[in-house]
Amino acid sequence: MAESLYYRTAAELSRALESKELSSEEIVRSVIERTRAVDDKVSAFISFDEGDALERARASDRRRAEGKALGPLDGIPVGIKDVLAVEGQPLTCASRMLGKFVSPYDATAIARLKAAGAVPWGRLNMDEFAMGSSTENSSVKTTSNPWNTDCIPGGSSGGSAACVAAGEAPISLGSDTGGSIRQPAALCGVVGMKPTYGLVSRYGLVAFASSLDQIGPFAHTVEDAAILLQAVAGHDDRDSSSYRTDIPDYRKELSSRKGPWKLGIPKEYFGEGLDPEVARAIEAAIDFYRGEGCEIVDVSLPHTEHAVGVYYIIATAEASSNLARYDGVRYSHRSAEATDAIDLYFKSRAEGFGPEVKRRVILGTYVLSSGYYDAYYLKAQKVRTLIRRDFLQAYEKVDALLTPTTPSPAFRKGEKTDDPLQMYLSDIFTISANLAGIPGISIPCGFSESGLPIGLQILGQPFQEADLFAIARRFEQAHDYHTRHPSL
Amino acid sequence: MAHDGIDIDYVANLARIALTDEEKERFSGQLGQVLEYIEKLDTVDVSGVEPTAHAFPLENVWRDDKAEPAMPVEVALKNAPAARQNMIVVPKVVE
Repeated sequence: MAESLYYRTAAELSRALESKELSSEEIVRSVIERTRAVDDKVSAFISFDEGDALERARASDRRRAEGKALGPLDGIPVGIKDVLAVEGQPLTCASRMLGKFVSPYDATAIARLKAAGAVPWGRLNMDEFAMGSSTENSSVKTTSNPWNTDCIPGGSSGGSAACVAAGEAPISLGSDTGGSIRQPAALCGVVGMKPTYGLVSRYGLVAFASSLDQIGPFAHTVEDAAILLQAVAGHDDRDSSSYRTDIPDYRKELSSRKGPWKLGIPKEYFGEGLDPEVARAIEAAIDFYRGEGCEIVDVSLPHTEHAVGVYYIIATAEASSNLARYDGVRYSHRSAEATDAIDLYFKSRAEGFGPEVKRRVILGTYVLSSGYYDAYYLKAQKVRTLIRRDFLQAYEKVDALLTPTTPSPAFRKGEKTDDPLQMYLSDIFTISANLAGIPGISIPCGFSESGLPIGLQILGQPFQEADLFAIARRFEQAHDYHTRHPSL
Repeated sequence: MAHDGIDIDYVANLARIALTDEEKERFSGQLGQVLEYIEKLDTVDVSGVEPTAHAFPLENVWRDDKAEPAMPVEVALKNAPAARQNMIVVPKVVE
């Protein structure tokens, strides 16, 4: 079994640790070896710290030997998107702006992982400041899709998705502002979940668009995603937008919530532009749920067509404000060419930000500028109300919605880099969930003829993650897509 | 909201980003396309609709006004591009 250790799920590894079949050090070593063997091809990692990971693994083994194991994640490596602060580790957001930054503290999600005994593993590649859908906006490198290295892995959390698909970590954390967890999960053939807005504290997550950002898990299985979410979810005094709500035992609920569920099919997600292979896979998934006794209901989310427009006003406006902090003064890149304080801002930002970040900061500044605020920003906030209302009305009739995660399987590198609008439209099915604040999960539901994964998106009611997991797991248990791995 | 194109010099100045002429030209074109796409929002009737700033109503969070330990100065300054005597060094701002 040694050769496939790195493809075991976190739940399997956890059982192997409990039964003393394996040590955490053996697990972490297998992941390090796998990363060394394949990351030249996959490029999921910006950097990794083997010494730190092994030290934490040995500490976990000592705890276990003393009978003080901390729970199902104790000793399990977790890949970390390079947007979350891990004390003493670099945090670059794949940007030259933070090229030399070392985190002085732990993000709350990381502190909770450490408290659960998990081993933070590496700094995973992403689009710069999480702005993008392919990792091609990383200033460091482009990650490859493990299923076809000529294709993109999706983004912005492309490294987090690719590292799990490639066996470089059993589970990982990413962030999702407009689909940045679900879209790469779909394109890399793994499970990815964006929780309800406010479920996971964003303290220590580099801010992109604060009314949309959420942290969430990547995994091979729904159970692993549930275990990882369990460890990081819950109110935090350090994030005033984190919600006070009871967190159920997701793993337990997986077996107790049996359905059948009422599932809605929003017609707006099945129109023009949907790849026929994706459409077929989603229809097969819908048929599966019907066969399981679920009632399938046609629903309408009439404002769906406006989601991308609303998103690119709200997200860029918030980004232009959030990224004002990168001024070259306190902790980010500082230009050596500046002549005075104002010039320091201009030159540091010109040198530190890549093209997509500049584009979005410019757009966000424009839509907030005097004379345009009402026409763009205020209007977008009102249409956001209508988009959210669409979902809440649908949820009066159904428990959850089934949709494709993406309009097509992974596209080729370079295909959309010169056309930002086309790149933005690749998030068309994931963006609405962020605007409405609802949770969504993507699970593998098939492959294209050329062997690229296809994702099924299940959108749920606010704070009903346990339902989403249970619905997703029903499909997973009857199919083997999640057990297939790319050949690297 | 029919847009007449972004005044890229004006907006780049507000955003405090020095753009090259090549960037100005490229971004103007690309953002023009994006704004054209966004114009679709003109067709939505929002009369009487309240704006949504956050997906869930947030209430102000209160806490006791008591001092708690914070990050030590030397740790906070570790990432500063230039620091001296527990302060960040910046170009002169007043004559």
